[in-house]
Amino acid sequence: MTSPDRPLFDVEEMEINFGPQHPATHGVLRVKMKLDGEKIMEAKPIIGYLHRGTEKLFETMDFPQCIPHTDRMDYVAAATNNQGFCVTMEKLLGITIPPRAAYIRMILAELQRLASHLVWLATHAVDIGAITPFFYTFRERDAILDLFEEYCGARLTLNTMKIGGVPFELPDGWLDRCSELVDSFNGHIEEYENLLTENRIWKQRTIDIGVVSAEEAIEWGLTGPPLRGSGVKWDIRKIFPYDRYDEIDFEIPIGKKGDTYDRYLVRMEEMRQSVRILRQCLDRLPDGPHMAKVPKVLRVKEAGMVYGAVEAPKGELGYFIVATEKATSPYRCRVRPPSFINLQMLPAMVEGHLIADLVAVIGTLDIVLGEIDR
Amino acid sequence: MSDDKPTTPPEETPTAEEKAPEQATAPEAEEKQEKQPLSDEEKAAKIAEAKAKAAARKAAEEAEPKDPWEEKPVPPAHEDASDDPDAVALGGEIPGVVLAADRFAGEVTLSVPADRIVDVCRFLKHDCDYKFLVDLTAVDWPEREQGRFDVIYWMHRFNDSKRLRLHAIVADEEPIQSVTEVWKTANWMEREVYDLFGIVFENHPGLERILTWEGFNGHPLRKDFPVEGIDTGAAIYPDVYPPGGGPPVEEADEEEGGAV
Repeated sequence: MTSPDRPLFDVEEMEINFGPQHPATHGVLRVKMKLDGEKIMEAKPIIGYLHRGTEKLFETMDFPQCIPHTDRMDYVAAATNNQGFCVTMEKLLGITIPPRAAYIRMILAELQRLASHLVWLATHAVDIGAITPFFYTFRERDAILDLFEEYCGARLTLNTMKIGGVPFELPDGWLDRCSELVDSFNGHIEEYENLLTENRIWKQRTIDIGVVSAEEAIEWGLTGPPLRGSGVKWDIRKIFPYDRYDEIDFEIPIGKKGDTYDRYLVRMEEMRQSVRILRQCLDRLPDGPHMAKVPKVLRVKEAGMVYGAVEAPKGELGYFIVATEKATSPYRCRVRPPSFINLQMLPAMVEGHLIADLVAVIGTLDIVLGEIDR
Repeated sequence: MSDDKPTTPPEETPTAEEKAPEQATAPEAEEKQEKQPLSDEEKAAKIAEAKAKAAARKAAEEAEPKDPWEEKPVPPAHEDASDDPDAVALGGEIPGVVLAADRFAGEVTLSVPADRIVDVCRFLKHDCDYKFLVDLTAVDWPEREQGRFDVIYWMHRFNDSKRLRLHAIVADEEPIQSVTEVWKTANWMEREVYDLFGIVFENHPGLERILTWEGFNGHPLRKDFPVEGIDTGAAIYPDVYPPGGGPPVEEADEEEGGAV
């Protein structure tokens, strides 16, 4: 059967598709790979399967009508998407929002960050082979979604902010229920950490995988936990405080080596910091109106372009809005999606690793395809 | 004020707290008074009284400043930013490269010629420390004479957290140099701009469509591209659909019972 001049196995490079329909790609991501055995020689992400032309649609709509469409981008963190758009519009229109509205926004955004990080932890752990954290994290995430549902009626596509404030006053007893969840949350984070942080398999699968140095991270434009994991102290909430984050006391956790394990630790610490922010917001929630006095029809005075950014769970979420004089809808609305720009680094992070590590790296980048493709 | 309440009912309408009705209530009061048989003197007295009250209320409002969220919004205005240190540094390094400098809502925008964009970006990155390219995008102005597209670069400096925007005008069908060799992150952003606007970036390592597929007709974010989309059947399946043809959209809707 075999001749001495022909090896037993075919040793040519193999080309293989990962996705677009694969549970570990977190959506419809396709990665075209060249493999040498199990080693990845070349990886090329192919995206666009979920492109819905959101930026084109924005141009046809009035400013307030755009907000529900922002929900559909990063659909596991809708509140921060709303917040980004509203913050940018308030910059363009010159609106100051009342303190109570800002605090309610921060509460919603931090709850959303917790919910988003819980989804990340659950899927990341499942991808690597630890299925138990999934059940734990989704239990707490459901409690957060219940709070959202009680506040605005929706669980995922919240549409929970308005240009000039928030649409509703908090329901009776909501603060108590939120407070209860916040108080119990650090205990839950400990539960997850007991399962993973010192777990030998978890450490073997994440330490030294997908290492990114600080210089590389900046060069590739990473933001959010992937940038902080590489040791760069960067958080939009600190450097360009929006809403009332300048009144809140919190730390920016950073990693040392910039590997998958460091990014895991950074996100876990971020959840603790979110709990800390939530505690302060709940204690200090001021009285007053929940909406600024804004005109019924929002009209831009002078033509111009503004960029506003918020710290979304995935990184810097920016909106770049160009408006003409007296316009009631954006002439151009560009979304700077953190996942899109973070995903760009994927080939550099996985080349030379094994195919199983690709799954770990996709998990650690925490991508959402709705936001990448828009 | 509360003592006068019963005597001057038109003043105390529910909307009296707002600013605009102040002017509106005065003529209204005049009208009502005209219906009654009042002498000119009485009328004049009443008008004077109403005016005095309005003035007093206005003074009270001014004395007690309202919170900013109760006031009318204060939109940002354009200012000249040619004194901006980066604009000065850039103009000193490459004379005549800063065509305009504008500050709007606290953001500095420098207009630069499109053919010098790589030199400008390299200088800003290496000498002015703008190590981080936050965003790169484009805007379409089909009617404009100077050139159809704006290409926008938005960068960040870590030392003092300052951001700077570059703005270059590119004509239709005219290429612009890629900045991927300056910032690696520009790669996908330029691909996206190429895909959605059709602006060609020269020296780009792999300028392919990214959000739409290869073979897609047109560039969706151009203003002349219809929002409802175009039929691209001919481009995807040239054997099935003749060029420029393709199945009519209405018929397809009817066949599927409008479930699309």
